[in-house]
Amino acid sequence: MSLADTGPGTGLPGFRAGAEGPAADAGWTDRPARKGFFTDTSICIGCKACEVACKEWNGVPQDGLFELLGSSYDNTGALGASTWRHVAFVEQRKPLGGQRTGVTDLGMPAFDKPGAVADPDERTDFRWLMSSDVCKHCTNAACLDVCPTGALFRTEFGTVVVQPDVCNGCGYCVPACPYGVIERREGDAAHVPNVGVAQKCTLCYDRLREDQTPACAKACPTESIQFGDLDELRQRADRRVAALHEQGVMDARLYGNDPDDGVGGAGAFFLLLDEPETYGLPPDPVVTTADLPSMWRRAGLAAAGLLAAAAVAFVGRSR
Amino acid sequence: MAECHPVGFQWVMEAKARGAKVIHVDPRFTRTSAVADTHVPIRAGSDIAFLGAIVNHILSNDLYFADYVKAYTNASHLVGEDFRDVDDLDGVFSGYDPETGKYDTDSWAYEGETEHAATTGPTAHADDQDGDDQDGDDHDGDDHASTAHEGGVSPGGESEQSESSRGAAHELGGHGASVEHQQIQRDETLQHPRCVFQVLKRHFARYTPELVQQACGITPEQFLEVCEAVTANSGRDRTTAWVYSVGWTHHTVAIQYIRTSAIIQLLLGNTGRPGGGIMALRGHASIQGSTDIPTLYNLLPGYLPMPMAGQHDTLAEMAAGIASSSQKGYWANARTYVVNLLKAWWGDAATEDNDFAYDYLPRLTGDHGTYATVMDMLADKIDGYFLVGQNPAVGSAHAKMQRLGLAHLKWLVVRDLNLIESATFWKDAPEIETGELRTADIDTEVFFFPAASHVEKSGSFTQTQRMLQWHHKAVDPPGDCQSDLDFFHRLGVKIRERLADSGDDRDRPVLDLTWDYPVDEHGEVSADAVLREINGFHLGGEKAGQALGSYLEMEDDGSTAGGCWIYTGVYADEVNQAARRKPGRDQSWVAPEWGWAWPANRRILYNRASADPDGKPWSERKAYVWWDEDQQKWVGHDVPDFEPDKPPSYRPPEGATGIAALAGDDPFIMQADGKGWLYAPSGLLDGPMPSHYEPQESPVANPVYRQQSNPTREVFPREDNLQNPSGDEPGAEVYPYVFTTYRLTEHHTAGGMSRWQPYLAELQPEFFCEVSPELARERGLEHLGWATIVSARTAIEARVMVTDRVVPLRMGDRVVHQIGLPYHWGVGNEALVSGDSANDLFGVTLDPNVHIQESKVASCDIRAGRRPRGPALLDFVADYRRRAGITTETGNQRRTPGTEGATS
Repeated sequence: MSLADTGPGTGLPGFRAGAEGPAADAGWTDRPARKGFFTDTSICIGCKACEVACKEWNGVPQDGLFELLGSSYDNTGALGASTWRHVAFVEQRKPLGGQRTGVTDLGMPAFDKPGAVADPDERTDFRWLMSSDVCKHCTNAACLDVCPTGALFRTEFGTVVVQPDVCNGCGYCVPACPYGVIERREGDAAHVPNVGVAQKCTLCYDRLREDQTPACAKACPTESIQFGDLDELRQRADRRVAALHEQGVMDARLYGNDPDDGVGGAGAFFLLLDEPETYGLPPDPVVTTADLPSMWRRAGLAAAGLLAAAAVAFVGRSR
Repeated sequence: MAECHPVGFQWVMEAKARGAKVIHVDPRFTRTSAVADTHVPIRAGSDIAFLGAIVNHILSNDLYFADYVKAYTNASHLVGEDFRDVDDLDGVFSGYDPETGKYDTDSWAYEGETEHAATTGPTAHADDQDGDDQDGDDHDGDDHASTAHEGGVSPGGESEQSESSRGAAHELGGHGASVEHQQIQRDETLQHPRCVFQVLKRHFARYTPELVQQACGITPEQFLEVCEAVTANSGRDRTTAWVYSVGWTHHTVAIQYIRTSAIIQLLLGNTGRPGGGIMALRGHASIQGSTDIPTLYNLLPGYLPMPMAGQHDTLAEMAAGIASSSQKGYWANARTYVVNLLKAWWGDAATEDNDFAYDYLPRLTGDHGTYATVMDMLADKIDGYFLVGQNPAVGSAHAKMQRLGLAHLKWLVVRDLNLIESATFWKDAPEIETGELRTADIDTEVFFFPAASHVEKSGSFTQTQRMLQWHHKAVDPPGDCQSDLDFFHRLGVKIRERLADSGDDRDRPVLDLTWDYPVDEHGEVSADAVLREINGFHLGGEKAGQALGSYLEMEDDGSTAGGCWIYTGVYADEVNQAARRKPGRDQSWVAPEWGWAWPANRRILYNRASADPDGKPWSERKAYVWWDEDQQKWVGHDVPDFEPDKPPSYRPPEGATGIAALAGDDPFIMQADGKGWLYAPSGLLDGPMPSHYEPQESPVANPVYRQQSNPTREVFPREDNLQNPSGDEPGAEVYPYVFTTYRLTEHHTAGGMSRWQPYLAELQPEFFCEVSPELARERGLEHLGWATIVSARTAIEARVMVTDRVVPLRMGDRVVHQIGLPYHWGVGNEALVSGDSANDLFGVTLDPNVHIQESKVASCDIRAGRRPRGPALLDFVADYRRRAGITTETGNQRRTPGTEGATS
């Protein structure tokens, strides 16, 4: 059974958001409009102000070693317990729609290690993609579903937030996330806060409660990161994709905006210029707890069957 | 721009969203290229060939804005018969003296001008003096006097003769060059063979698409695409803007890069109009401010020149040196601006009787710029040194020379946020490892003063658009940290206390200073009061004590005072106008009530040119400032850059001078003839028109003529400043690659503000070099491996980043490889991240106009692996020099050997 097979609100509370959105399902009666991010990667300039502003505001520590990763200009690697916004840099031997670069000899896309190929004649067109990734704040959030302590909760804004003082560090949420976002923080507890507990983007819950824009969106100079009411952002995103298609950027597509996708739509969704895999995003994420109800049902049936068989066996023996 | 000015770049992105086309010309594919419509890879140091060919394209296809060019530029002015172009003289203009390496610029003058006042050549505007790419603050070498190093070569120190000849050179401010305008002859048909238009056309005729390919490595197709985009987007209805930064200014021909762009903008009518212009991206925060209120040794506030001993002994002589008394324009009031400055500084002690204390002003006796000062340190002529927000041990060209110089000081004061390499060189400089310095032998006493950051003090930033924006102190600085203002105020107070009983005349300038600023409860001086003094106020009359509203209110009789005439008005009506923050949505699109822009809150300079000669907008779409017949005055969206009630039809009477001499259609009111200069008859030291010269160090021979490099560049032939051979010289093949340096978004210049921040250090943790896959294969470089990069000065090591963003350039029959080096790292033990400094690779060679160092391009070799350690590094570099046959003569002959008149 896949989620796409059933309409919203089909009676699987806890695993499926209803028509009123996840905050309503979580019991928020007096709630604002659902908030989210629309990250338009087509205008991202890779300045990483979002990464730094996020860390400054949320007190997130330095992430790991001072080490050159060699993956273009990315030296923080991926989202994690101490990187809540992460800017990916993708160097590609293919043209950006509407763009002309100095090297225009078209050739086959290359998959070689940098430096392994070629002379100038073998050069292809080139583009450099940048994208700021973040927790998706899924409509159907597996991390929240599996959290045994209630440390992860759904806010009135429809976002998903960890309470570090409640989290017991069990780590169930870590494999539950279909995007690999949430992580337990490691390090020396003497110098690093919240070591051992799950950490991720809160969509600046504290700022939202003060009617402030989250730190990353506030710092973004090109408005690549846009914050607002999710419904409005989705409309804006549709218009932006249409405009880009009109300009010849045919690669433009939205990711995570569809309420019928495997996570019921993301609270933080993206405009991408290539397949999600290119940016390190799963192509078809599915909430990992999606099948839990049917699994329970089947498990129940199986148990009942076994019980019946056992009973029959006993009955038979006693005969 | 996205890379180094990401916040300003938001407006480029917004323009793009509204349909603007963004073309990015850069040796590398950067974060700007990633979102541009077109990226044009260019060989570093070849921009005049590229821009000059655009000029040629415009002229030979009649694509210029004819009405604008005829009315507002000097296209019709006749050049004298004695002028000879570079094509006639094997790569130099007429007037070149191979003995001194200087021009006598008389032959460049307009017809009929036998003599003009500016034969010594004042500098052009301040757009050249940007140090942001080299260090946290300005002053990394853009502040030299002119030089003549024809004296003998001395090892490690220059001769007395060369120093004194530099001392005799010009010292002029940022004012326009002066001419005796009345005698100018014109040919309005632009047909006369000696009119500027025809001279220009002939000069640029050889700048063809083929030359662009050969010099820049840009294909003719891509070049023409740029030409078509720029010309199609210029004219009555449309305008194109050029944006540059130190990629244009840190060159031995820096001024001429910007001049070429200025010629394009004048020919296309893109100056003084909305959406046009040339935007110099200044450094962060307030580099523009630090030239307006200068940290340059040869300028006083408001681009007034520092007086020279022996030349400007009286106020009258100084004023006469700024502007000819018979020329047009606002510089004719220079004396007034100087008097107001003197009154601001010395108050009651500045009187009409003592020439307003003019003699209190220090005089220049020679070159006291950064590089000259460092060489003086090495010669033990300098005892003490202040470094304020500057890290020359990492950020200056030839940073090794800087470090060695610091070790000769008796004392050094470093004011910075962190314990930067310039403060710790005595224990952890790379020269300690090589044995060139020994900690025990260094007598320099270093005083480190922790500085307050911008959120810990109030003050103004002057940004790229000349706009002052006030920032209020948010929190108190921690511990002993204090603002620069507080530090220098208290230092002044202490010095004055020490001198209080002095009867020595030489102490009067210090004791008579107006040093009576109000202080708060912590004893900290009020920045607001300083801004008010800069603005100026009335001293006498019925307005006594009131702030000046504009520099037009300044008097030259001592009844007004003002610290920087171009800033007058920033405190008009006793209001800190720089602190205005009215949102753009609540006012006109020009947003005049956000901050305050000098001069007179004018957002676009020379905006009279946004209207046609009759005062009507060139088009409705580009209407900006225009003449209103009913009101009989200039009106519009901005403050008109013109006398408000001078009609377009005004013609000056015979013999008029100064402002009255400006006709109603002379929009360039600071120019001596009221016109935009396609051709500079005076004012520049290296030519009336831009001409392509190769960088000081280049593996490429000049494709235009035999003269290899700028024949007037300032060279320093010293054993500690050896240069790579270039072009066809033997040994050039030892350093076959071009390298360029730049900043990354994640770091700030020499790293003093970023390498100590974990959130920034982790984003770009290590020094790396960017190379193309082709070069990597040629030299066996491995991605993430190590490479050693070698010049005649030293060798440094960097991690290797192999990337398609660097493109080998096809230039005719050869391929030129470029290497990219971000320069944020330095060797030391205090920062979170460290590494070799790219600036160690450079030598010191300067542009002759503003004395900026060439630090955006040079030649090098690159090889796989780490550099040798310890003394072996010196042997390694020396071995390269032996193979290349380098002596102090190499690269230091201004006239290329073999050219006509070369003196070697």
